[in-house]
Amino acid sequence: MKKQLKVDPIKSGTVIDHITAGKALQVIDLINLKQPENLMMIGVNLSSNKMGKKDIIKIENRVLSDDEVNSIALISPNASLIIIEDFEVIKKKKIEIPEKIKGHIVCPNPACVTNIEKVETRFELAGKDPVEVRCEYCEKKYGIEEVKFRF
Amino acid sequence: MKNLISMRDVSKEDILELLDLAAKIENKEVHPDLSGKLGALLFFEPSTRTHFSFDTAIKKLGGQSFSMSGTSSTSVKKGETLADTLMTISQYADFIVMRHKIEGAARFAAETVDIPVINAGDGTNQHPTQAMLDLYSIKKTQGTLENLTIAMIGDLRLGRTVHSLAQALSEFNPTFYFASPRHLQMPQYIKDELTAKGVRFEEVEDIHPIMPHLDIMYVTRIQKERFAVLEDYEKVKDAYIVTPELLEEVKENFKLLHPLPRVNEITTEVDKTPYAYYFQQAKNGVFMRQAIITKLMNLI
Repeated sequence: MKKQLKVDPIKSGTVIDHITAGKALQVIDLINLKQPENLMMIGVNLSSNKMGKKDIIKIENRVLSDDEVNSIALISPNASLIIIEDFEVIKKKKIEIPEKIKGHIVCPNPACVTNIEKVETRFELAGKDPVEVRCEYCEKKYGIEEVKFRF
Repeated sequence: MKNLISMRDVSKEDILELLDLAAKIENKEVHPDLSGKLGALLFFEPSTRTHFSFDTAIKKLGGQSFSMSGTSSTSVKKGETLADTLMTISQYADFIVMRHKIEGAARFAAETVDIPVINAGDGTNQHPTQAMLDLYSIKKTQGTLENLTIAMIGDLRLGRTVHSLAQALSEFNPTFYFASPRHLQMPQYIKDELTAKGVRFEEVEDIHPIMPHLDIMYVTRIQKERFAVLEDYEKVKDAYIVTPELLEEVKENFKLLHPLPRVNEITTEVDKTPYAYYFQQAKNGVFMRQAIITKLMNLI
């Protein structure tokens, strides 16, 4: 039997699979999983039939909000989500890039009103491949790697 | 339509309706009445033409206005937030016309107050009333907005009027030529939008060969105030200068537009040619702003 590294299963929680290789740490940052109470396993550059290489994150006892799920799609558009209960997969879903993103993205334009007045940012999806977003206030368009996230 | 913030929000139908309304106001076919209404002209960033143009439009409609120009003598200087300034002003006025150097300030204003907000320029972003008056001028001189060949020259990167105008015209099957110094080219995001809409455009260095094909040439000033280093300004300021000689082979219907103020990019000799249209363009601005106020205030 072929030997391979594997990431242990979790009892209950969320698995974020098919993360673009090398992006797992960014996902952790993005959805703020760094708190010490999160029991988490991370696989980086695992081999994948579908993607060649992929990252994976397994989080014990944590269900992600819709906002968190959608924001993952911005940095890893092909990621999928698996909800586990008692070692069983109870739900699988492909993450979809949201058309509108309220809050969370910090506009990189220092002259944008969202960086000056107290106002929640609003971005719209301006391109899917590569992912680009446009600020609804200053109307500037940015590649997803140019923006910072805040939760 | 409650506010006018960005040409992105304005549909082709809205554009045509506003053009029609401006023509009716100019021809005295309709007489909208703004009496008893007060417009707040909040020019956080000073402006002469746009400020006076709006003030004229309000007064011609029978309304009244109060003004602010710059922030040196206001509560903004004392540290008041924009939201608080706007909330207070909205207790006095029936609508707000606002220019601000902060990008997105007009959209923020429209979301903060209950009264209509008209964007009179937000940083390098949008200047929709200028785009509307430019469209009105083009329609008046060409009889149509459809299928025109239009050159935009000068500062296409920082000049917000050309961004709004290119977006607005893209609904009308134009052919664009863009000519600008290398560092002041049309931003990529505008070019991407035009490509996505299937609009034909070409970036050219030499404008002489395109002159006989043009219906409209839209000239913009290289804006000295937007350069951090004066040397950089000196290098590009004379890149494109329109002279009567340049206009020798243009078509009969050709018109030259400029949002003003001009410095030296169109020589004063050109003013006497039948192609100069920039002062009439400024006059058209009053009719268009009357139309915009009429629509947002539901006067007819």
